[in-house]
Amino acid sequence: MSWRALRAQTLEEIRMTLEQGERLLVTFVIPILGLVLFSSVPIISTGTAHRVDFFAPSVLGLAVISTAMVNLSISTGFERGWGVLKRLGATPLGSSTLLVAKVLAVLAVELVQVVVLGAIAAGLGWHPHAGAGLAVGAELLGTVAFSGIGFLLAGTLRAEVTLALANGLYVVMLGISGIMFPIAKLGGFAAVARLLPSAALTDVLHPSLGGGAVPVEGWVVLAAWAVAAPIVAAAAFRFD
Amino acid sequence: MPAIEVEALEVSFGSVTAVDGVTFSGEAGEVLALIGPNGAGKTTTVETLEGYRRPTRGTVRVLGLDPVADHHALVPSIGVMLQQGGTYPVMSPERAIRLFASYYDDPRDPDELLDLAGLREVAKRPAKRLSGGERQRLSLALALVGRPRVAFLDEPTAGVDPAGRIVVREIVAALRDGGACVLLTTHELAEAERLADRVVIVDRGRVVAAGRPAELVTTGEEIRFAAPTGIDVVALGTALGASVVEVGPGEYQVAVAATPAAVAALTAWLAAEDLPLADLRAGRQSLEDAFLRLTSRDAHHEPEPPR
Repeated sequence: MSWRALRAQTLEEIRMTLEQGERLLVTFVIPILGLVLFSSVPIISTGTAHRVDFFAPSVLGLAVISTAMVNLSISTGFERGWGVLKRLGATPLGSSTLLVAKVLAVLAVELVQVVVLGAIAAGLGWHPHAGAGLAVGAELLGTVAFSGIGFLLAGTLRAEVTLALANGLYVVMLGISGIMFPIAKLGGFAAVARLLPSAALTDVLHPSLGGGAVPVEGWVVLAAWAVAAPIVAAAAFRFD
Repeated sequence: MPAIEVEALEVSFGSVTAVDGVTFSGEAGEVLALIGPNGAGKTTTVETLEGYRRPTRGTVRVLGLDPVADHHALVPSIGVMLQQGGTYPVMSPERAIRLFASYYDDPRDPDELLDLAGLREVAKRPAKRLSGGERQRLSLALALVGRPRVAFLDEPTAGVDPAGRIVVREIVAALRDGGACVLLTTHELAEAERLADRVVIVDRGRVVAAGRPAELVTTGEEIRFAAPTGIDVVALGTALGASVVEVGPGEYQVAVAATPAAVAALTAWLAAEDLPLADLRAGRQSLEDAFLRLTSRDAHHEPEPPR
């Protein structure tokens, strides 16, 4: 593996994410709007003292879903459709290094998201609890899980189908994963929803950043997705 | 060591045999054209050499290496132009060439490549806003970035206007003069004749002829005639002292110079056998004649292999 090629490709992947409007919409605009809107306007009751204490961890989870799953799968899916993945496979960069560059770019964009969203949340009066270390671990585990799901979609389906499915999953996860409202409000359905990687991620993020006991179940579900999704993706991924 | 070696290559996709026993080789400093109708197996053959597909049977070697097993060792030395796609629509030619240059240890100068491919004026325009011909030339430029010793160009002139074709021809000639082996595919005979030192004509997965374009076109060394199908070509061949082949139903080719004596011997034999003679031709053919003769068929074309 050439480090020079990996570095150049990673920078190019970051640049392509940050310069295209439709990709910025899902990675920055929607999480920021969600954070500001829901934290400021009492639309949904959150059960926390300050609304932002609930929505800040929520959008930090949403940031991972939007970048590692939605943005990664759609861009990779279209690049596969355009023959770019195939073509780069015949260069010294190589197809596996290309996928590594994509994951590194996801991590870099997430870092920017965390800084931006964290700053906005702080501006809205958010004081994170000291357990930020756990939150970082959850974000990394979530990145692995959602990148695996993203690659699985992109590497097996037509680009247009990946686009539709990734956006559909995004909306479903946004709705029932403890992002827009506490998952307990789902009643009996909450146990099923908690099997989603998105719900597991927010299950860990909310207590980590809000002060409270982090449920073991959340870690287990998140870790299971982080192991299974990349393995299945690696087995099923097609470059052309 | 030949730059490219294809030995008894067979590639099947399920029950469809796309390549069925193809053998040829290419040397450094040589331009080789694979020509044939759509579905003949050209792209499948090239993609096997590029390492995208494994042979079902037979072997392929590029610079002595196995394109799949020795992929990492080989890729720095090859340049690839896919039949379609392979470029980022959002990326301008300049940005794409610079990105590709970062993949190689000793890349060519991106500015020089922009000029060479005639892309200077559109250097900063996203690829999605380039014309078809400009995109083809970008794809060609990207195949040159790593100073390839073997270049695989799949349909390099498809959709390229006449001015662009001259650019492509000059680039191919420069690659050859620099000592590279160039394998290109085309279904346009005129392009093959202009671009290639040698052509390999493939049809339905098999090589039907190979040689310098001049050899394939101008044999005067043959007589062609039409007669009822199924005549005894062995007996006729013995009588004429030359091989006779039924190249199509009722269409025959005699490998002998079209001298008056040879023509007389042929007509005498047919007369003795009481066979009607429908058509008799001798002398020069165009490459198109040769191609149509070699690839004509009543059967439908094989479907394109799944991509």
